[in-house]
Amino acid sequence: MSDAANNAAVPAAPNGAAGTPAPVAVDLAALLAGSQVTQVLDQLDELIGLLPVKARIREIAALLLVERARKQLGLAGSSPSLHMSFTGNPGTGKTTIALRMAEILHRLGYVRKGHLIAVTRDDLVGQYIGHTAPKTKEVLKKAMGGVLFIDEAYYLYRPENERDYGQEAIEILLQVMENQRDDLVVIFAGYADRMATFFRSNPGMSSRIAHHLDFPDYSPEELEAIARRMLTTLDYRLSASGLEALHEYIPLRMRQPHFANARSLRNALDRARLRQANRLFASPAREITREQLMTIEGEDIRASRVFA
Amino acid sequence: MRITQGAFSFLPDLTDAEVRAQIEYALAQGWAIGVEYTDDPHPRNFYWEMWGNPMFDLRDAAGVMAEVLACRTEHPRHYIRVSAFDSRRGFETTRLSFMVNRPSDEPGFLLKRHEVGGRQIQYTIESYATQAPEGRRYP
Repeated sequence: MSDAANNAAVPAAPNGAAGTPAPVAVDLAALLAGSQVTQVLDQLDELIGLLPVKARIREIAALLLVERARKQLGLAGSSPSLHMSFTGNPGTGKTTIALRMAEILHRLGYVRKGHLIAVTRDDLVGQYIGHTAPKTKEVLKKAMGGVLFIDEAYYLYRPENERDYGQEAIEILLQVMENQRDDLVVIFAGYADRMATFFRSNPGMSSRIAHHLDFPDYSPEELEAIARRMLTTLDYRLSASGLEALHEYIPLRMRQPHFANARSLRNALDRARLRQANRLFASPAREITREQLMTIEGEDIRASRVFA
Repeated sequence: MRITQGAFSFLPDLTDAEVRAQIEYALAQGWAIGVEYTDDPHPRNFYWEMWGNPMFDLRDAAGVMAEVLACRTEHPRHYIRVSAFDSRRGFETTRLSFMVNRPSDEPGFLLKRHEVGGRQIQYTIESYATQAPEGRRYP
């Protein structure tokens, strides 16, 4: 406790069980600056789209900050439940946001190390009797002090097989989520409708998850912006014809089955780079300029099967 | 007689917070951690029983502490130690090992003098505790 805070305390107010008079004011801005959480939030804003998610994360960050301020003033407060569920279609940025979330929680002091362990059913559920508990516990131990990200969490629960070991993993998870709230934060992720079924069949799980974040699909404009940013980070750029081709490509690809938002786009760009390399290789020119190496032309994109 | 094996054994017993800090240090060095227990305090008894599997790739001491506490609950009157294994080339060995639990009453050792040819004496030690069968050594 700083001297300034001590001086600000009113001596007549004997609140706070510790005996020392609690300070009556706390500088929220200083707390915010001290936690350096704004940097992560600003980085979050650089992500394209995801407006409701970003708003929600700001709310959570504000809550956690206020909770910390309350704690400093000796006000009653239980350690807030921080377990979350991220629902949304594939490629909508759930893992990316989970990484940022781990960083935010770390900076606000709600997890000690701030690392993210991403697992799926295979990492938690064993293959024979007595295999599941040690496996789940091992993963939980690795995640202690950080965030455990369970992708496609609904696979843990298989109602069609009553002897499925997934239930055992769920029970251990629930126990740790409840008893060791200070040690780790669990994030469940998956498609919205299947997660809803999962939570319906595991009411204990649903009630222990404080924050449900729904990840919307990207609009074509957002996808285009994402694609351009991906290319920029890789030192590529689109020619005018390439830009036009991409503009046509995105709505076509969105109608295809198994469309996975940003991930599909990344794969499409990887294929375009492949074709660009091929085109350069086949070209009769002896010398290839820096410009040519960087440019993806319309034909590289238009060779895709979605235009067929 | 107080058994002194491993690091810190000449110090007063480590508190849980101190144990935790040591584990944090070991994890920060990238060492794998194992929890072991025994009720045979002989100094040449190197291979203690393992409490679960060794723990690799942990980032925080909370997981190890949970195992230590679980082992203590199960074996409150055994010797329990935490050992940290360094897998880096050139070491590939235990870098740190310290006791985190010991029986409240340690009866000590009997020094045996064995007279052999020419009245030469061979010495050996035997823990009084090991005179009782395993599991019943520390009441």
